[in-house]
Amino acid sequence: MTLIAERPGVVGHPDEPEHEHGPTGIMKWITSTDHKVIGKSYLITSLVFFCMAGIMAIMMRTQLVSPDNTIVSQHTYNELFTMHGSLMLYLFAGPFAFGGVANYLVPLQVGAPDMAFPRLNALSYWLYLGGGVTMIAGFLTVGGAADFGWVAYAPLSDAVNSPGAGPDMWIVALLLTGFSAIFTGVNIVTTVFYLRAPGMTMFRVPIFTWNMVVTGILILLAFPVLTAALVMLWADRHLGTHIYSVAGGGVPVLWQNLFWFFGHPEVYILALPYFGMVTEVLPVFSRKPVFGYRGMVFATIAIGALSTSVWAHHMFTTGVVLLPFFSLMSYLIAVPTGIKFFNWIGTMWRGSLKFDTPMLFAVGFLIVFLFGGVTGIFLASPPIDFATHDTYFVVAHFHEVLFGSAVFGGFSGLYYWYPKMFGRMLRESLGKASFWFMFVGFWVTFMPQYLLGLHGMPRRIAEYSASTGWTTLNRVSTAGSYLLFIAVAIMVVNAYVSWRRPIQAPANPWDGHTLEWATSSPPPHHNFYRLPPIRSERPLWDFNHPEHTVRKYEEQRHGAVPAVAPAGAAPAGVAAGPSDGGDAR
Amino acid sequence: MKTESYLLLLFAAFGAVICAVYWFTSYEDAGTVMLAAFGLLGLLPGGYYFWWSRRMTPRPEDDPEATHAQAAGVVGAFPSTSIWPFVLGLAALLVALPLVFGFWTAILGFTLAISAVIGVIVESRRGGVL
Ligand code: HEM
Ligand SMILES: [Cu+2]
Repeated sequence: MTLIAERPGVVGHPDEPEHEHGPTGIMKWITSTDHKVIGKSYLITSLVFFCMAGIMAIMMRTQLVSPDNTIVSQHTYNELFTMHGSLMLYLFAGPFAFGGVANYLVPLQVGAPDMAFPRLNALSYWLYLGGGVTMIAGFLTVGGAADFGWVAYAPLSDAVNSPGAGPDMWIVALLLTGFSAIFTGVNIVTTVFYLRAPGMTMFRVPIFTWNMVVTGILILLAFPVLTAALVMLWADRHLGTHIYSVAGGGVPVLWQNLFWFFGHPEVYILALPYFGMVTEVLPVFSRKPVFGYRGMVFATIAIGALSTSVWAHHMFTTGVVLLPFFSLMSYLIAVPTGIKFFNWIGTMWRGSLKFDTPMLFAVGFLIVFLFGGVTGIFLASPPIDFATHDTYFVVAHFHEVLFGSAVFGGFSGLYYWYPKMFGRMLRESLGKASFWFMFVGFWVTFMPQYLLGLHGMPRRIAEYSASTGWTTLNRVSTAGSYLLFIAVAIMVVNAYVSWRRPIQAPANPWDGHTLEWATSSPPPHHNFYRLPPIRSERPLWDFNHPEHTVRKYEEQRHGAVPAVAPAGAAPAGVAAGPSDGGDAR
Repeated sequence: MKTESYLLLLFAAFGAVICAVYWFTSYEDAGTVMLAAFGLLGLLPGGYYFWWSRRMTPRPEDDPEATHAQAAGVVGAFPSTSIWPFVLGLAALLVALPLVFGFWTAILGFTLAISAVIGVIVESRRGGVL
């Protein structure tokens, strides 16, 4: 049914829960167009894919624990790293961020009743689910799943070198999930442009939502290129075109150009949302506004723009790209990223820090991502890349950035917003245990891989001989991956405990700054009964802490403000306000 | 609406500049075309928003001093349940699967897709009950 959404008034309806109407159970899941239901579906589905991909990772690490191991065959190993990479990137890291967390939070953060196109939003989810299942189902075909790496380089991905249905299912899966991503991108950008609450100017939109706008634009830029490239790949495989094959006069490197023109913006599509999540967490747990709000916004925009012109740093060793251009542009992108780091540290500087689980994961993100970023700068130098390309050095580098953002950043966001989404708290003790296992496990897994790379171990190999001397480091790395497994298992236990023995979450458990904490946990249908006045980028904080108000803050920025309180600020009806205090934990 | 248009136009400007630089340093066509397309991606919607932002009545969400009362009333119609996205998603899957297997699923897929389109239109007209 269609509901006409009204703007929530300042003095709203009484806070009585809306009576549930409409379908329940599985029909609710199938027919709902509510961004909160879809967001949760996305969240859970993507976490399931994350666990599957994690199990594949454990299998690979177990295979590599000793020389000449034969737990899995070479062929299976190829399938495993391909599907691990594909699941992690296409089905977990992206959809978790823009389909799950952003879908749930962007409307809440801008004070909107729903996404701009609710039915399109639901369609996105079904395309994603269909695509994801298709990709996994590749394992059930005779020839097995796709086994050409997550990048599917030509000519390895052509019909001769990768025959069978598995690779085709991989292509179909990416076509479907690609469209789902595009639709979500459209939805997010439109929601932020058109459905903001009064007073929520673009420069008051929370940084997470800002990052999602830029991510949305990058999705619109990148995914159509991938879709086109995949259609041509399919045509090469089945229709006898020779777009990517030398034999018929095509250009194999064209695939790499197209793929990485998608692929590099894609890694920022995977990073920016998580940057946004920690930028929400850090100020709340430092009890300060974010340091350099505008700097953060412009850094995000700069990263988005620059990310379009660095793609061939993945292709230095092909010998047909303009090394100085791509090297220079890759260095340049470190500048806005550095600004972000500066601002994150500035946000924490002299704050009264509270190390709850979300904050721990956010700080973990800062440290891990910093290392990944620094080795990224190494790799942007062609001479270094020539020596380390396709070695474990690269594997360690991209796990530091990807794991750092998608897992440390993502879990930070998950712990932070879980109470809002599910209306119950996660256990702090389990959360902290999970963090420490993950943090230690992470370094134990991936630091040895840098050394392995420098000792010349190539990536994507299933076996190595004892004479190479790589055994010890591989052992350590595998041990670390088991610690990571335990960390994720503790997370699952935590979710299970919160499900079986719920502790009710208050509306605003962390003393948050942004609008999503102004409504109940979980929010009612169409999100808000009432909104605090929006006079800065942290309206709820201003409302709950009038002692250091907005005005002080705006004065610093724009000079004097009118002496009277802005109309609508804290009228009597709201005095009982959306705050639930900070200590309900 | 101005900030939104500036954002997109900023991307357009960057795309144009970097496209020119790239072409004159590398003479590589695939990348140049894609960078030009990036410029257009910013220019078309950004230009339209810019044009529109100068004609429209100012919106409360762009006014730093706006109150909630100023925008009271209906935001829009938001369907809260609909079966058709599911049907359309299934249809898309069935239409795409022939790229791997035989052609027969496409027939079912197109049928479902057409019924979903009709369903959505009817639903919207009626104010959409399931
Ligand atoms: C749970 C912890 C993880 C472990 C133990 C792990 C382990 C591995 C291993 C052993 C490989 C294969 C290396 C090779 O043989 O070349 C690999 C590849 C890869 N992993 Fe992970 N990984 C983990 C998490 C992640 C995450 C969170 C992401 C991304 C969000 C990710 C993305 C990738 C990608 C893109 C590849 C490359 C696949 C390819 O070569 O085509 N991994 N990982
Ligand atoms: Cu890159």
